[in-house]
Amino acid sequence: MSRFLDLTLNGISNGMIYAAVAIAFVLIWRATRIVNFAQGAMLMVTTFIAWDVIDSGGAYWVGFVVAILSGLILGAVIEVVLIRPVEKAPPINAVIVAIGLLIFLQAIAGMIWGGTPRSFPPAFSIRGYDIGGHHVLFGPFDLFTVLAVLGAALLLLVLFRGTSIGLPMRASAFEPQVARLQGVRVGRMLTLGWALASAAGSLAGVLIAPAVFVGPNNFDPVTVFGFTAAVLGGLDSPLGAVVGGLVLGLSLSYVAGYAGSALVTLAALAILIAVLMVRPEGLFAAAKARRV
Amino acid sequence: MSAVARLRLPRQTLVRHLLLATVAGFVLYLISLWLDSFDNLRLAAVAYYFTALAGLTVLTGLNGQISLGHGALMAIGAYAVALLVGRAGWPLAPALAAGVVVTAVAGVLVGAVAARLRGPYLAGATLALAVGLPGLANRYPDALGGDNGLDVPPPTPPTWLGETFPLERWQAWLACLGALATLVVLANLVRGRVGRAFRAVRDDEVAAELAGLNVARTQITAFVVSAACAGLAGGSFVVVTSLAAPGAFQLPLSLALLTGIVLGGLGSLAGAVWGAVALVMLPDWSGDIAKALSLSDRVEANLPLAIYGVVLMGVMLAAPGGIQGALRGVLGWGAAWRSQPEPQSNPKGEEQS
Repeated sequence: MSRFLDLTLNGISNGMIYAAVAIAFVLIWRATRIVNFAQGAMLMVTTFIAWDVIDSGGAYWVGFVVAILSGLILGAVIEVVLIRPVEKAPPINAVIVAIGLLIFLQAIAGMIWGGTPRSFPPAFSIRGYDIGGHHVLFGPFDLFTVLAVLGAALLLLVLFRGTSIGLPMRASAFEPQVARLQGVRVGRMLTLGWALASAAGSLAGVLIAPAVFVGPNNFDPVTVFGFTAAVLGGLDSPLGAVVGGLVLGLSLSYVAGYAGSALVTLAALAILIAVLMVRPEGLFAAAKARRV
Repeated sequence: MSAVARLRLPRQTLVRHLLLATVAGFVLYLISLWLDSFDNLRLAAVAYYFTALAGLTVLTGLNGQISLGHGALMAIGAYAVALLVGRAGWPLAPALAAGVVVTAVAGVLVGAVAARLRGPYLAGATLALAVGLPGLANRYPDALGGDNGLDVPPPTPPTWLGETFPLERWQAWLACLGALATLVVLANLVRGRVGRAFRAVRDDEVAAELAGLNVARTQITAFVVSAACAGLAGGSFVVVTSLAAPGAFQLPLSLALLTGIVLGGLGSLAGAVWGAVALVMLPDWSGDIAKALSLSDRVEANLPLAIYGVVLMGVMLAAPGGIQGALRGVLGWGAAWRSQPEPQSNPKGEEQS
C-alpha cells in the first residue's frame, strides 16, 4: 500500500512536469497550428543557460529567472526567423523545419557544453516528507514542482481570459484573416504565443533537471511524454494538457513500479495509440468535422 | 515528357525499368570491382539506406503521410533476419524474405493506426514508436540480446567466385541487389494505378473518395509498401554489419532517414539516391572539415548532426524540392527518367486544415 502511495505521489509530480511540456506544445499548436518538435531542445538550451549561471556562482533563483527569460526570447526569435517563412507552406514543411531545429540545437549544445550530463540543484530539499511514520517519496521540491506548474497554468488562463491581450491572441490563432481585418497585429500575436510556450517549456526544464541531469539528450523522454500528454489532452486545450500530463504521469509511474522501467516508453506508446484509436483528436478537443 | 528519351526505351513500363535496373546493376558491378574493401562497405551502406529512403519517400512524398518511426521498422526487419539466420540457422535469402514479410505485417498494424491520424498526431505516434520500440531489446535480453544485440555470421561468398573473393564486395553486391529490386518494384508501383491512388489521396482526400478510392485502405497500402522496404533495409543492414543492436535503430536513425528524403527531394526515387549518398558521406565529410579546421573533439563529434539540422531547415526554407528538385529546375531533364511526376505538387496550403 505504501508502495502504491509512493508511486502515486511520484506520478503526480512527474505528471505536472509532463503537463508543463504539454502546455508548451498546446500554446504553439493553438498559435500557429504547428507541433513544435524542437520543444525539447529549446528547453534543454535554456536549462543549460540556467546551469551556466548557477555553476558560475549565481543564485538558484537568478538561474531560474534567466531560464524563463531566455525561453521567452528564444521562442520569439525562432518564430520570427524560422517559422514565419514556412507558415504558408504545407504543414509537413514546418514539421521538418522543427525537427531540423531539434537536431541542430542538440548538436550545438553538444559542442558548447559537451556530452557529459551535469547535475542541477533543486530549489528545495528533495527529501521526502514523513507521513504517519512512513517516509514518502514526495518532498518539498515535488510540492514546489506541482505548485509552480499549476501557477503557470493559472497565469496563462488569466492572460488568455482576463486581459486585453488574450482575445486578440485567440482570434489570431483561430481566424487569422478576420483578426487581421479587425486590426490585430497577427504576426506579433503569434510571436508572443511562441515566446510564452517556450517559457513554459523552460519552466519544465528547470523543474525536471535535478532528476534527469542536464545534457543534450537528457530531456528527450520528458519531451516525448509531454507531447503524448498534449495529444491525450487534444492539443488544443491547456486544461486537457494538465489532465493528460497527470494521466500519463500516474500511468507511467505504475508501469515503472509494477512492470519494469524498460517498458515505460512502450507503455506511453500503447496509451497514446489506445486513446487515439478511440478519439483520434484526443480527449479534450472540441468536436469538429474532420475531412473524411 | 522528353520525347527523345522515350523513343530509345521500350514502351512497357516494367520492361523499361528492368532494362534500366540491369544497366544500373552492371555499373554498380564495375564500381564494386574498382572500389577497395572499405569503400565497398560504404557502397553497401548507400544501398541499404537507399532501400529505406525509397520506401519512406513514397510514403511521405507521394502519399503525404509522415513517419518518424522508420528506424524502428528497420529494427524489426533487422532483428527478424538476425534471429532467423543467427539463431534458427536459415539461409540468407529466405530469411531476408521473411524479414520483409514480418515488417510488412508490422506495417499493416502501424498503417491501420496511421490511417486514422493526421499531421501532428501521426508524427507523434510514429515518434513514440521510434523511441519506444528499441527498448524491447532490453526488456527481453535473452531473446533479443539486450544492449549488445544479436551477432550474425557474415554471409559467405559462393565458392565459384574464388577463394580470395573479398567479403565486403559480396556484401555490397547483396545490398545493391536488394536496392535495385526495391527500385524496380517501387518505380513500377508509383507509375501505375497504385501510385496514382497514393497521390490522389495525398492531394485531396474528399476528391479521392468521390472518385471511388478507399482512402484508409490506400493509406495502409502505402504504409505496408514503405514498411516492407524498411524491413529489407534492416535485413541488408544486418548482412553488411553482421549485428542487430538497439543502438543502431534509435531515434537519430529515423531522423536521418527523414533528412535523407528531404534533402534528396520528397517523393522522388532518384532523390532517394542522393539522400542515401549524403547520409553515408556527410559524417565523413564533416569529419574531414573538422580535421582541416582543427576543431575540438567535442565540436567534431557533433558536426554531422549540426549539418543534418541545417540541411533540414535550409532545404525547407530555401529549396523545398531538394536536390532532385533543384536538378530538375536547373537541367530540365528530370522529366525523362523520373519515377513519378512533380513532387513539388506536394500538398499546397489550401488542402490542409
